Amino acid sequence: MPTKHTFILNGKRVHVECEGTVRLLWVLRDLLGVHGPKYGCGLDVCKACTSHVNGKAFHPCSVSVSEIKRDDEITTIEGLAATVGKDLHPMQQAWIDVDVAQCGYCQPGQIMTAVALVNEVRAKGRNITEADLDTIRNVCRCGTYPRIREAIMLAAAEMSR
Amino acid sequence: MFEVRRPQGAEDDDVTAAASPAAGGLSRRRFLGYLIAAPTVVGAAQLFVEPAQASIPTVQPVDSYDLSDLLTDSTLATSGLITVAVNRDGTVSFALPRAEVGQGITTAVAMAIADEMDLALDKVNITLLDAAPALVYNQFTGGSNSMHAIYTPVRVAAAVARGQLLQAATGVLGGLPSDFSVRNAVITAPDGRSATFGSLAEKGAVSKTTRAHFQLKARSQLRLVGSPQGRIDALAIVTGSKQFAMDLDVPGALPTMLCRPPTINGTALAVHNLAQVQAMPGITDVAIIPHTSKVPGGVAVRGETFGQCIDAIDALKVTWAPGSVGGRSDRDVLADLAQAAPALTPPIDPTANSLEQVFTFYFRAGDPLETNCAIADVAGGKAEIWSSLKSPIWTQEQIAQNLGLQVADVTVHVTQGGGSFGRHLFSDAAFEAAAVSQRLGKPVKLMWHRTDNFRQGRVHPMCTSRVRLTYSGANVVSFDQRHTSVATDFSMGFGEILSAMAATLPDANSLGYSELVFTLTQNVPYNFGVVTQLLNEIYDYDTFNTGSVRNIYSPDVTTATELMVDQAAKAMGQDPYQFRRSFVRDSRLLAVLDKVAQVGKWGRSMAPGTAQGIGIHREYKSAAACLVEIDCRRATVNRKVKDGYTGPRVTKVICAVDAGLAINPLGLQAQMMGGAMDGIAQALTYSMHLENGAFLEGSWDNAYYTRQWNTPPDVEVIVMPPSTGQPGGAGELGVAPTMAAVACAYARATGTVPTSFPINHNDPLGFTPYPTVPPLPESKTDDFS
Repeated sequence: MPTKHTFILNGKRVHVECEGTVRLLWVLRDLLGVHGPKYGCGLDVCKACTSHVNGKAFHPCSVSVSEIKRDDEITTIEGLAATVGKDLHPMQQAWIDVDVAQCGYCQPGQIMTAVALVNEVRAKGRNITEADLDTIRNVCRCGTYPRIREAIMLAAAEMSR
Repeated sequence: MFEVRRPQGAEDDDVTAAASPAAGGLSRRRFLGYLIAAPTVVGAAQLFVEPAQASIPTVQPVDSYDLSDLLTDSTLATSGLITVAVNRDGTVSFALPRAEVGQGITTAVAMAIADEMDLALDKVNITLLDAAPALVYNQFTGGSNSMHAIYTPVRVAAAVARGQLLQAATGVLGGLPSDFSVRNAVITAPDGRSATFGSLAEKGAVSKTTRAHFQLKARSQLRLVGSPQGRIDALAIVTGSKQFAMDLDVPGALPTMLCRPPTINGTALAVHNLAQVQAMPGITDVAIIPHTSKVPGGVAVRGETFGQCIDAIDALKVTWAPGSVGGRSDRDVLADLAQAAPALTPPIDPTANSLEQVFTFYFRAGDPLETNCAIADVAGGKAEIWSSLKSPIWTQEQIAQNLGLQVADVTVHVTQGGGSFGRHLFSDAAFEAAAVSQRLGKPVKLMWHRTDNFRQGRVHPMCTSRVRLTYSGANVVSFDQRHTSVATDFSMGFGEILSAMAATLPDANSLGYSELVFTLTQNVPYNFGVVTQLLNEIYDYDTFNTGSVRNIYSPDVTTATELMVDQAAKAMGQDPYQFRRSFVRDSRLLAVLDKVAQVGKWGRSMAPGTAQGIGIHREYKSAAACLVEIDCRRATVNRKVKDGYTGPRVTKVICAVDAGLAINPLGLQAQMMGGAMDGIAQALTYSMHLENGAFLEGSWDNAYYTRQWNTPPDVEVIVMPPSTGQPGGAGELGVAPTMAAVACAYARATGTVPTSFPINHNDPLGFTPYPTVPPLPESKTDDFS
């Protein structure tokens, strides 16, 4: 039976009615029309759908909508810049400065992963390292990995200012 | 007659190349400019060919005529519809008759137009042209050929438009066009008065299409071409607003997926619980879609969300007929390849020393990150399709045939693609979406699951390469290569239906296309005496789902060649780099080779278990070299990454590329970098295991494409100065030399020459394969708390 669900999406309360077992990715894309999070596998492997829940990275393809609580704040790539009150988050700006993207399909997920990673490392009181970059699982079939690494380093410096 | 002017000076490289017989193909072309009847100024370019040269020429050695020329020459007769339109707001629009799948062609074309017209880059709008059958061969994106074919005609159309704006300005400002200066879309007279492009867009419009005079700018006048520019869609990408096919909102087009067979190309015979599945939450339709030579097929499920489609697919009880590859496994294909391998000719000099080796290259997937997908709305005798397509004309014509419609009643929109790697030469999802929409009588937004994309999607054909090199004294006397491959599907022809149909005639795919492409692309770039390279194929073109994945033959042919080169150098007591220097037969290759050796400090002292490797490659009117360093030490190889494969790590990549004329060096570097990541994967980790008629890999944690933990921390791409003055291809250029360099480095680091690729393919399987029934694995749920 369809049930009612509500949460905060990119700063605004949204309501949706569907089976509780539907993964959040499809609620976002198919029911709410938010297309920044991409489908790349639906297996929590490629990380193309990476978004944030209460500031932490998560993968909407692997979470049922019923698991999202009323006051959870979901941020997708569309809402990222607003979290820093600017037109572009420093990570997005770094992505443009380094010209990271090729086809661009995986890049919203890459950026959301990168922001969460930098914040996580900063919370531990240290700077991001090559070893940290090696932990990123997001797939980029165009092979933009070296520029992703460069852009994260650039943005991390900007974010700590 | 308005021909391209003869070169005025040495700096005028573009025109020099066009007029020089040495440029191959281009010398035969004269460019005509037109003004098109329209409400605003529209410039157009047509290519003109003497009738005797309009047909596709006989195959010649790749030195003088290669695949780039073939694809360019096949576009010559019909390029008249390339138009650059000036809008009332002062912007300029161009509908590109090519696919954009990440290779950056929209940015490069925008740069060419902006330069020719004195516009800012952001004033040029590039869209992707709907299928336009009148273009025949000229709407086919393949063979890294796009810039080679389109650069000059686009400039001509832009120059015509600019010329007409200048002409219109005389009516406002007085004087002659030659009196004016143009900057940033503003035309200024000597007295300082000015008029904008926008204000002249309508004034310059013509009511009758006419031939128009034009003059292309000299190289020295170009501001953007040759300078690094960021992608024109970068902002849309980083804000999530770039739209791919599945992001489009077509009314009524609900999510649709197919339940696919447990073996390759199996056929659905019966569904035993159709009513039950149809009643599942959100599901609107369930129907068998027969497998045909054009439609992969299975059981279609349409619903409110893709998630509900996945649940429904896994609930289906289906009886399947076996598929086209029977119960074959890797070892069976290997045996068939061995049996079909052409014999080597007897050595010319029986007293020469001989080195011989057979190399094996396993299947690997051409999966882009965006899975196969298309939207289709078939109703009332008409069809409308949205998909990323490299052969949109063929798609339109074939869909008309498949559905029993008139070609004119089928509209095909080309969407931005999330990668291709050979996949989008074919139109599997578009054909399937059209079939499903017709069957259901409803619009569908059809997408493949990743697991299906691996298991049933198109792969690089498995192949072997047998190489024999003979040498005597300080000379290589002969080099023979026998490449034996599972057939590569060329049934898309050159992107329209006549050549596509020709490719499916008995033996035509192999004899007419594979052999042609092999001959026109493959070469041994060394002075090795008598050189022979032959291709033989096994199976029908549609036994396996194959395609021109990532550079087709070149990565494998080049890797086999370069490993033999290293062995010859060793046997002849020479350094691998110096050996290549002395035998390379192309000055552009020599220059890139020297460049990577110098920048990469070839021969520097390195720790045991680590080594350098070097590879070179020439194709698409371009030349590339790659130097890598690899770390095969135990501590590196045994790194642990959960559900990931580590293995040897390439720690450094230095690439040098001569693309003739780099329109956008930043984009060219990106293409080479991407090719290098692919070359690393193909050498070390990335393949598909065939077992009992099915591929075992079902996710990116099974198929080990390069991930961050495999990425070299140090990557540098050096763009060489313009050489030929004409843009060569680059989309796939980085794959072959990197793969070869990694293989050579591995051999030098470990002391063992690898003979099968990827090198880890025959290791124990590093993952547990997903089941084939139910066909789709469930997403993990363990990372959310």
